[in-house]
Amino acid sequence: MQDAHRKLVCNFVRVQSVFDDCLAHAQMKLSDAGVDAYVDGAQVICKMGRGEEPVLAFLEEMPLVAAQLGENVIAEVVEFTRKLARTPNSKSIPPFLQSLAAAARHLESHRLFSEYLQLVWQTMERTSPKVHGIDSMYTSECLPDFLKNVPFLLGQLSLGGLKNWVDYGIKGYPNDPERQRGYFMLQSADSRAVLQRERHGTLLTDHERKLDMYLRGMWGSEAVFFPYSLAFDQLRKPSPYLDDNGIHLPDVYDDFLPSSPCVGKGGVRGIDRYRALLAHVSAHRRWTKPLMADNFSPFQRISIEVFEDSRVEWLAMREYPGLRKLWCTLHPAPAEIEHEDGVSYIRHRLTMMSRALLDPGHGYTHPLIIKYAGQFHALMETGNADTKSMIDLGVHFISESRLRSDSSAKVYFDQTEIDYRDDNRLMWRFFEDGDEEVYEARPRKAQPDEQSEEAKMPPRLYPEWDYMAQHYHPDWVSLYEHLHPSGNAAYIDQLLAKHSALAKKLKRIIDMLKPQQKVRVRYQEEGSELDLDVAIRSLIDFKSGTQPDPRINMSHKNDGRSIAVSLLLDLSASLADIPAGCTQSKLELSQEAVSLLGWAVDQMGDPFAIGGFHSDTRHEVRYLHIKGYKEPWGDEVKARLAAMDAGFSTRMGAALRHAGHYLSHQQADKKLLLVLTDGEPADIDSRDPQHLIEDSRMAVRELDQQGIYTYCINLDPRADSYVADIFGKRYAVIDNIQRLPERLPQLFMALTR
Amino acid sequence: MSTFDIAQYKISAEPFYQALGNEVALYEAAYAARLPVMLKGPTGCGKSRFVEHMAWKLNKPLITVACNEDMTASDLVGRYLLDANGTRWLDGPLTLAARHGAICYLDEVVEARQDTTVVIHPLTDHRRTLPLDKKGELVAAHADFQLVISYNPGYQSLMKDLKQSTKQRFAAMEFDYPSAELEASIVCRESGIDSVTAGRLVQIGVVARNLKGHGLDEGISTRLLVYAATLINRGIAPNDACRMALVRPITDDADIRDTLDHAIDAVFI
Repeated sequence: MQDAHRKLVCNFVRVQSVFDDCLAHAQMKLSDAGVDAYVDGAQVICKMGRGEEPVLAFLEEMPLVAAQLGENVIAEVVEFTRKLARTPNSKSIPPFLQSLAAAARHLESHRLFSEYLQLVWQTMERTSPKVHGIDSMYTSECLPDFLKNVPFLLGQLSLGGLKNWVDYGIKGYPNDPERQRGYFMLQSADSRAVLQRERHGTLLTDHERKLDMYLRGMWGSEAVFFPYSLAFDQLRKPSPYLDDNGIHLPDVYDDFLPSSPCVGKGGVRGIDRYRALLAHVSAHRRWTKPLMADNFSPFQRISIEVFEDSRVEWLAMREYPGLRKLWCTLHPAPAEIEHEDGVSYIRHRLTMMSRALLDPGHGYTHPLIIKYAGQFHALMETGNADTKSMIDLGVHFISESRLRSDSSAKVYFDQTEIDYRDDNRLMWRFFEDGDEEVYEARPRKAQPDEQSEEAKMPPRLYPEWDYMAQHYHPDWVSLYEHLHPSGNAAYIDQLLAKHSALAKKLKRIIDMLKPQQKVRVRYQEEGSELDLDVAIRSLIDFKSGTQPDPRINMSHKNDGRSIAVSLLLDLSASLADIPAGCTQSKLELSQEAVSLLGWAVDQMGDPFAIGGFHSDTRHEVRYLHIKGYKEPWGDEVKARLAAMDAGFSTRMGAALRHAGHYLSHQQADKKLLLVLTDGEPADIDSRDPQHLIEDSRMAVRELDQQGIYTYCINLDPRADSYVADIFGKRYAVIDNIQRLPERLPQLFMALTR
Repeated sequence: MSTFDIAQYKISAEPFYQALGNEVALYEAAYAARLPVMLKGPTGCGKSRFVEHMAWKLNKPLITVACNEDMTASDLVGRYLLDANGTRWLDGPLTLAARHGAICYLDEVVEARQDTTVVIHPLTDHRRTLPLDKKGELVAAHADFQLVISYNPGYQSLMKDLKQSTKQRFAAMEFDYPSAELEASIVCRESGIDSVTAGRLVQIGVVARNLKGHGLDEGISTRLLVYAATLINRGIAPNDACRMALVRPITDDADIRDTLDHAIDAVFI
């Protein structure tokens, strides 16, 4: 030790005071050669003349890094520090050295660690202000902030993700050092958003459709997902829960790797963790009946919850046995441990109970756990266990297994968090003051739009179907038709240009579908002309004594299409929403889709009209004319499309009747009314949600009688509850809304092929 | 012509059919009155099997024609063939059935061109005749003759639909996938698999049918479930058999595939 000490020639008092301890620590972790390199490195950094901070940081962090990644890394770090000291960024050296231990811990390999050093260097170079392309004169303001955040960032991101995050920050604010600094300090919203995007693990937004399908397919239910973030809430970790709005769940799940050997082999993919959570929640939704909470103490409540959770899982596993494996992997398996005085083991005991109820091979020897697991399974096998019967088990278990230490403030938490289970808030009803009072919503007067900006045409009056009374309200809805305001037609041309690749693809299909006027029909026994090829072949067959094909004629037929199409757009306020996982609003996507469809139908030559509608009570349903049947697909139409805007509500029945009115006057064999909507019919003066649905269904039926084929394209992934009621089988739900521009023309062509 | 033996179209062994309601009685009544019958329903739910079963039950020959886009009227009615000795008339399947008193089953009739379907009109009303204009013959239908067509309304194309004048000549029966227990028993019976596995297969079928309209055009049919069961019977692991017989055929959508794969893993451990 004396030998080594002699080598560190350094006059900083604080360095001298800690050096002995650091050296002792290093000697425990490193080989002799390593210790030599370590002390040499400290010496080099000391001689750089950048103060004591770098030396202290180096002495403290390096042994851990070297122990993790190998001792070669010491020289590499020293060399890098030396390089850094030659730039104007020497004040970044301490945070750089401090970030190393975290980096080593997260990256785990020497190769990745070297890449990390490169990343730091690049970040420095690229964030240093440049004058005339010469960059070695100014310090990078962002680098120290970035390095301070590295431990946190590496906890959230892989190295690749970190690179992307850095890249975005550098490219996003090339001339705005202040905001760039905010980005690297993780203060700007952008920076958090990009961080979220780059997180490792399974992002909810990427898999929402799959999870929707999971719920729909396996549980026959639907729910809205509300993601919450685990990344920024350090104090209290939020847990998933179910409430009247929908399911609240983490925005990202890492793949689950079993930490203890008793959990079984193999991990669980992030998507399957979501499914485990949804399965548990769905089981609650199906089988749990709420209980009054006031009759139970908090301990009794959590105990009842454990039994209820296990009960719904048992029922779910009877239906889908594969869930047992999934849940068993995710469920912690706390070992039976010696109890210390003054520590409450209540969570530990309940988690063991829960494990025992879930996993038949639990191996616990606690007599109460075995007893209650037996009782639970016996009760379940009888087939009439409900939420109430779990009260008995829960209350008895908690009182029989009660220990004096249970109410201690210090609670044993290890291995007791079951993260795929929700917090059971819907299971309890709390009786509160005022529950008996009945609040009645005050009726609101329907107010017609008072300030109508322009002189209107007189309204067309349409009836509305009242399903309760089973009759029509005559002349109930006033529909005003306007010409849609115009915008900039070039915008639509831009959209079409943006989708030019798609348009080319569509063009190929169109060319095949397009009426060719005269089409040759070959292989006919009777026809207008002799088909020479076939005739000669037949003659040869005949001469050679074999059976000739008699179908030697061909004829021509007119392959005309006679379809009139009307596209009805729902322009209600919800269209302005930006769906989860998209960058464009539904309005923009609809605009693109309608432009493409308009272009495609124009190419086909079918008569085609476009109209939009929205409503503001029954006194004012607006039908906006965008394109008429005979109007050419030109700048005027495009200008109107470009000005498409969203507002007000969706009173669909009247609009359907109006569009049908025009369509029924078209001369065509087939009449197709396409409705593009993103939600159920609703209006502010209609309280009963079923009313307008029934009215629309009636409108569709009326159209059917007039020979108009109505087809709905719905952008609401949860449309099943009503869209089939209205349109029967004639609808498509587009849950992957970003593909709408592609899907809409395809749907049209499939319908008319 | 006299050498033709209609008995070859008779069905000798009983085809298995599990009745779901009173359709057998309904059909028998329709047959007794010789009413033409239309069978509607999704693919693979047992329409063709039902016809076979009824033909066996009534002890009548059954002539099946699978319709396609290129089928012409003479493919149904018959045509003159040329051979070295001159010409010879050959009856088409429809004429055969009408002449000899068979049940003629036109499968997926919307696939045929509309002008083709018109030739069945005189056979399907009170006339019960089939004019062979080329031959100059008017075939009066045999007393036992009956016409049955099947049609899947799920095509969702307004071009592929029957004309009203065609539709209104038939009594129609709607078919759907059977209830879970019945479907399980059908799968058992068809493939000889145990009832637990059959029940699990049906569960997967139900999952897929829930997704119809969300990227799936049709759910998993009973026929595919039987295929999967047959594969399992041959010693294939259930998970692999389901992926091969149930999931891969019906979808190319990665999200749906993943969801169904997960359903399989949840059902078969």
